[in-house]
Amino acid sequence: MGYTLNFDAVWRSFDRLLAGLGLSLMLAIVAIAIGCVIGLVVAFALRSPSGLLRRPAGLYVTVIRNTPILVLVLFTYFALPQLGVRLDKINSFIATLAIYSGAYLAEVFRAGLIAVPPGLREAGLAIGLTEMQIRTSITLPVMLRNVLPALSSTFISLFKDTSLAAAIAVPELTFEARKINVETFRVVETWIVASCLYVATCTVLAALMRRIERRLAILR
Amino acid sequence: MTKLLEIRDLHKRYGATEVLKGVDCDMAKGDVVCVIGSSGSGKTTMLRCINMLEEFQGGTIRINDEEIGYETVGGMRRRKREREIARQRLLTGMAFQQFNLFPHLTALDNVTLGLIKVKKLSRAEARTIAERWLERVGLLARKDHYPGQLSGGQQQRVAIARAIAMNPLLMLFDEVTSALDPELVNEVLQVIKDLARDGMSMLIVTHEMRFAYEVANRVIFMNQGRIGEEGDPREMFVTPKTERLAEFLKTSTFR
Ligand SMILES: Nc1ncnc2c1ncn2[C@@H]1O[C@H](COP(=O)(O)OP(=O)(O)O)[C@@H](O)[C@H]1O
Ligand SMILES: [Mg+2]
Repeated sequence: MGYTLNFDAVWRSFDRLLAGLGLSLMLAIVAIAIGCVIGLVVAFALRSPSGLLRRPAGLYVTVIRNTPILVLVLFTYFALPQLGVRLDKINSFIATLAIYSGAYLAEVFRAGLIAVPPGLREAGLAIGLTEMQIRTSITLPVMLRNVLPALSSTFISLFKDTSLAAAIAVPELTFEARKINVETFRVVETWIVASCLYVATCTVLAALMRRIERRLAILR
Repeated sequence: MTKLLEIRDLHKRYGATEVLKGVDCDMAKGDVVCVIGSSGSGKTTMLRCINMLEEFQGGTIRINDEEIGYETVGGMRRRKREREIARQRLLTGMAFQQFNLFPHLTALDNVTLGLIKVKKLSRAEARTIAERWLERVGLLARKDHYPGQLSGGQQQRVAIARAIAMNPLLMLFDEVTSALDPELVNEVLQVIKDLARDGMSMLIVTHEMRFAYEVANRVIFMNQGRIGEEGDPREMFVTPKTERLAEFLKTSTFR
């Protein structure tokens, strides 16, 4: 092959990769947190008897899920300013990923809501709870326990999507790796290390989610 | 004396199919009324109208002289506000065929939820009441168990405690033993008999004929959305007046 591995140059820039990873995590956490709120509201709207809520929610999910995320990233960063919405790189990407994750999480939550037996709502009504109290005290907690396994894989895939921020020069992990690649020409080493950082982070994330799952599991 | 429950000419449709075709029913305080009848005759629907889990299109339901679910304003019948209906649902308690316990809460928390969220009791007050009722149904020792860790009979007893802890005027039971293994039926029926002895007013849909015979001071036989026959079980079960009831009793088991 004629390529000898030499990680020295990459190790010298390792702190930049770590800083990149830190930013990746920050982007993911903020965007997914907002996405969860969007997803919850949209999921309840999708299950609403009122078409006035259901139709716009359905449109949002369809449009977002059928548009490549890279197109959304570029649209938000380059096209929205033309329409008068100006966001800096980081906020622009967070907004994009939040809206993107909202659509995927809405689908996850909706599936979870379908799996909540309707009898629980009726039992709630029978003891005098209002619809809103039933949502917060019964439907939501039961649904969240239903969806935790699916949520784990969605979170991981959304975290990996932060690498697309490199397309608009947000200095997250992938962007830093590409810079180090160009500066040092250690192509193979740079991308091996970057990949390992992604894998390690996703593994930790999955383990964390499994712990939460076990803690909250509905005992059967 | 005002009646506890007064149902007049109750009509209920699902789309074009009428499932309640003019039902009347009266109960005084302390009455234990069992509702029997073949599957599909409208027993569940009647119960669910009483606590507004179902809407109904005609007739009135009154509890302690208060009209349930609907009001007439300027000659127009309209559904009451949700808050008002939620308050009226507290007049009754309901136990379901499928228990419907909240699976993410312990037995104790299943009972305290309504006391805290609806009755606005403190956690400690709610706990005291819940423990008292769990003790009454024989499950105080299981108060920290989740529904999934309890047998069907135990779950149903918790569900009954959850309903009664809210201190309803009238308890509604909808085939509460139908989903149970035969060996678990009696522990639940025993709880209901104890409540009857304490003077609890109850409207009980059941297929347990012997139980109905023993516990009810009146039996209602539902037939195709109407009341086919009603009276004292000691007379009805021995000398049914209608062919329908005679048929029905023949196909029922008295165990
Ligand atoms: N949600 C519903 N939609 C349409 N028809 C229903 C619904 N629920 C019950 N029914 C019909 O109403 C009739 C009475 O049902 P139900 O009250 O459950 O009978 P029972 O409890 O006596 O077995 C049945 O014919 C049933 O098919
Ligand atoms: Mg029924």
